Amino acid sequence: MSDHHSQENVHVVDYGKYIFVWLSLLAFTGITVSVSGINLGNWTVVIALVIASVKSWYVLNYFMHLRHEDIVFKIFISVALITLAIFVSLTFLDYSFVR
Amino acid sequence: MSSTAHTHVAHRDDYGSRMGMWLFLFTELILFGGLFIVYAVYRYMHQQEFHLAAQELNTTIGMLNTIILLTSSMTAAMSITALQKGNVRFSMSLIVVTILFAGTFMVNKFFEWSAKIHHGIYPGSKELVMRPEGEILYFGLYYVMTGLHALHVIVGVTIFVFVLVFMKTGTVNQTAYVKLENAALYWHLVDLIWIFLFPLFYLIH
Amino acid sequence: MVNVAGPADKIEPSFLEVSTNKYKGILSWLLTVDHKRIGILYLFSMMTFFSVAVVFGFLIRLELIAPGRTIMGPQMYNQLFTLHGIIMIFLFIIPGLPAVFGNFFLPIMIGAKDVIFPRINLFSWYLFITGGLIAVISTMLPGGSADTGWTFYVPYSVRTTTNVIPALAAAFILGFSSILTGLNFVTTVHRMRAPGMTWFKMPLFVWGLYATAWVQILATPIIGITLALVIVERFLGVGIFDPALGGDPVLYQHLFWIYSHPAVYIMIIPAMGIVSEIIPVFARRTIFGYRFIAFSSLAIALFGSLVWAHHMFTAGMSDTAQFVFSFLTYAVSIPSAIKIFNWVSTMYKGSIQLDPPFLYVLSFIFQFSIGGFTGLMLGALSVNIHLQDTSFVVAHFHYVMFGGTGFGIFAAMHYWFPKMFGRMYNKKVATWAWAITTIGYNALYFPMFIMGYLGMPRRYYDYLPEFQPYHVASTIGSWILILGLIIMFTNLIVGMRRGKKAPANPWGGATLEWTTQSPPILENFHTIPTIEKGPYDYSQFEIPAAKEAQ
Repeated sequence: MSDHHSQENVHVVDYGKYIFVWLSLLAFTGITVSVSGINLGNWTVVIALVIASVKSWYVLNYFMHLRHEDIVFKIFISVALITLAIFVSLTFLDYSFVR
Repeated sequence: MSSTAHTHVAHRDDYGSRMGMWLFLFTELILFGGLFIVYAVYRYMHQQEFHLAAQELNTTIGMLNTIILLTSSMTAAMSITALQKGNVRFSMSLIVVTILFAGTFMVNKFFEWSAKIHHGIYPGSKELVMRPEGEILYFGLYYVMTGLHALHVIVGVTIFVFVLVFMKTGTVNQTAYVKLENAALYWHLVDLIWIFLFPLFYLIH
Repeated sequence: MVNVAGPADKIEPSFLEVSTNKYKGILSWLLTVDHKRIGILYLFSMMTFFSVAVVFGFLIRLELIAPGRTIMGPQMYNQLFTLHGIIMIFLFIIPGLPAVFGNFFLPIMIGAKDVIFPRINLFSWYLFITGGLIAVISTMLPGGSADTGWTFYVPYSVRTTTNVIPALAAAFILGFSSILTGLNFVTTVHRMRAPGMTWFKMPLFVWGLYATAWVQILATPIIGITLALVIVERFLGVGIFDPALGGDPVLYQHLFWIYSHPAVYIMIIPAMGIVSEIIPVFARRTIFGYRFIAFSSLAIALFGSLVWAHHMFTAGMSDTAQFVFSFLTYAVSIPSAIKIFNWVSTMYKGSIQLDPPFLYVLSFIFQFSIGGFTGLMLGALSVNIHLQDTSFVVAHFHYVMFGGTGFGIFAAMHYWFPKMFGRMYNKKVATWAWAITTIGYNALYFPMFIMGYLGMPRRYYDYLPEFQPYHVASTIGSWILILGLIIMFTNLIVGMRRGKKAPANPWGGATLEWTTQSPPILENFHTIPTIEKGPYDYSQFEIPAAKEAQ
C-alpha cells in the first residue's frame, strides 16, 4: 500500500501557479459563456459539461492539491465519480427508453 | 502505516484528517449528485421548456458569481501557501478576502432571487403554477439547487471563521495547518458544484 | 471448550472502570470518546429501539390473527407498520453491526487504540439518538405518526396529514450518523492498522465493515437529498415529486432505492463478516477461501449498487430497464453464494463445537439461504409481477434481514459478550433461547411465503377468510419468537451482572481482540502488537495431544 507516507512531505505551491490556474479557469468560463450563444443542438450541453469537467480537473488538481496526494486519494475519487456515473446511467436506462 | 503515530497518546495524523475530509466531500458530491440526477431526468423530459425558462435567468449575474467563486477559491488556496511560508498575517487576510468574496456572492444571489420572487416566480406562486410543467420543474430545481449551494456557502464561511479563530489562538500554525487545508477543501467543493450549476442553469441557449 | 491462557489474564482496570474524561457515572459515558464505550452506548440505545419495534411487530401480527378489526383500527395499523419499519431499518438494523460491534471491535481487530476520529464517533452517536428521539416524538405530536410505510413513497407522503416531516427529518439525521461512522471506519482501516497488519491479514469482519463503510459513504447521501426534497415539497410545493406540477413519482422511487437497495447490503455485509469470524473459531479450521470472501464483500458492495430498480418492476419503468436490472440482480447473487460455499467448506471436516454463537450462525446460513433464493425468485421479471406487493416480499425481506442480519447480530452478541463485559452468560439457557427463536422465527415468516404466493397483499389491514390459517400460524410464531427473545435477553442481562468471570479467550479465537484482557483496558493493548500470523491461524493453540489425535 502506498498510504504509508505521513504529513512529512509538505508541498508548498507557488502563488504564481495559483494565479495561472485562476486565469485558465476564467478563460474557460469565458469560453463556455460564448460557446453557449451558438446553437449546436444537443451538443450544447455536452460542450458545457466537458468545459465544466476541465475546470473541475484544474480545481481538483491544483487548488485541492490532488496532484501531490497519494494514489489512494486518486483511487478514492475515481470510486466516488464512477459510483455517481453508475447512478446516473442506470437511471437513464429507464428514462431514455420507451416506458 | 505510520507506526510512530501510535506512540503518542493524542496522536496527530494530518494525512488521515485529509483523507477523512475527502471522504466527507464525496458525500457532499453524491448529495448534489442526487439533485443532478433529478435535473438530468427532467431536462431530458422537458428540453424545450427548460430552454425557455433558462432565458429568464440573468447570465451576467451568473457569470459574475462564477468569477467571484473562482477567485475566492484561489485566495483560499493561497492562504495555505502563505501559512506554510510562515506569513500568518497574510494568510489570515487571504481568508478574510475569501469570506468577503463569499459575502459578495451571497449578496448577488439575494438580488437575483428577490428579482425572481418580485416577478412572481417562486415555488407555489400563482404565476409559476400557470406555466408549463417543464418550467415549474426548472424553477423548482433552480431554487432547490442554488439554495442548497448557498447553504453550503454559509457553512463554508462559518468554517473559515473558526479557522481564523484557531489561527489567532495559534492552534492552526505554520506546522499544524490541516484544519485550514480541510476548510479550503470544503470551499473548493462549493466552487466545484457551482462550476456545474452555472452552465446547467444559466447557459441553456 | 478450548481455554487458552493469554498473557492478558492478569486483570487490570478495564475500560468499564477507566474513562477518557474526568467525569464519573453517567457523564463519563455520555462524554466518552472511547470507541468501546461508544459501542456499548449504541448497543443499549439500539436494543431499546429494537424492543419497541418488536412490540409494534407483535401488535401488527395480533391484529392480523383474524380478518377485520381485532385490536385496532386501520389508521393505527398503518402507523404501526410504518413505525415498525422505520425503527427496525434506520434505528436497529442499519446501525446494528457497524455502530455496535464495528465500533467496539474494528480498532481492536486491526491492533489500534481507537478509531481515527474519536470525537466524530461520539458525535455520530448523538446524531443517532437525536434522530431516534425525533422519530419517537413525531408519534406523540398532534396529527399522529406517519402512515406512509417506511418507504415514504410520493405522492402519498406529500399529501398525508400525518407527521411525515419529523419522520423524514429523523431518517435524514440517522443517515448522517451512518455516513460519519462509515467515514471513520474507512480512514481508520487505512491509517490505524498495526505494524504487520497487511490488508490480507485483516479479519474478515473488518473487510466486511470496510466494504460497508464505502456503501454508507457513497449511497446514504442520495437518501438524504431525496428525503430532504420530500420535506421541501411538503413545505413549498416545488413540484419535483408532485405529479400535479409535472413531477415524476417514479423518479422518487429510483432515488429512494438507489440508497435503500445498497442499504440492505449495509445491513448484511457486516453480518456476513461475523459469520466468517465465528465459523473458523468453532470449526477449529482456517477459513476456506479467505481472499474470495474478502473480495466478495467488495463485490457485493459494488453489484449491490447496480440493482436498485428490481424494487420497481411494477412501477412502470421502460422494458430495457426491467431486463437489465433483472439480469444484474442475478449477478449479485454470485458473491453471496461464494460466501455460503466458503463457509460450508470451512466447516467440512472441522471439529465443530456447538456453542451458542455457532448455533446462531447455523440459523443465519439456513435462513439467509432461503431469503437469498426467494430473492432470486423476486428478481425474475415474470415471477415478480405475480409476487410484487404480496406478503411473499415481506417474508423474503425478513428472511434476509432478520433471519440473516438479525441472527448475525445475535451471534455477535453471544460471541463477543465475554469480551465486552468480562462475564459469561448461561450457555444452556442461551442454547434454549436459540432453539426457541429459530423455531418461532420460521413459524412466523414461512407462512407468509405461502400466503403471499396465494395472493395475500402486503400491508393490508383486512383479508379474505381463506388466508386465516396462515395468519394464525404466523401470529403464533410471533409469540414463540418473542418468548425466545425474552429468554435470550434476560439471560444476557443476568450474565452481564452475575455471570461468572470470563477468561481472555474463552472460545480460542485467533484474532487480536482475544489477545486483550476481558474486558479490554482503556487503550486496548499495552503495546501495539506486531502482526505476523493470519487471523485464522490456529496452529498457535495446538496442544501436542490434540495433534497426535489427528
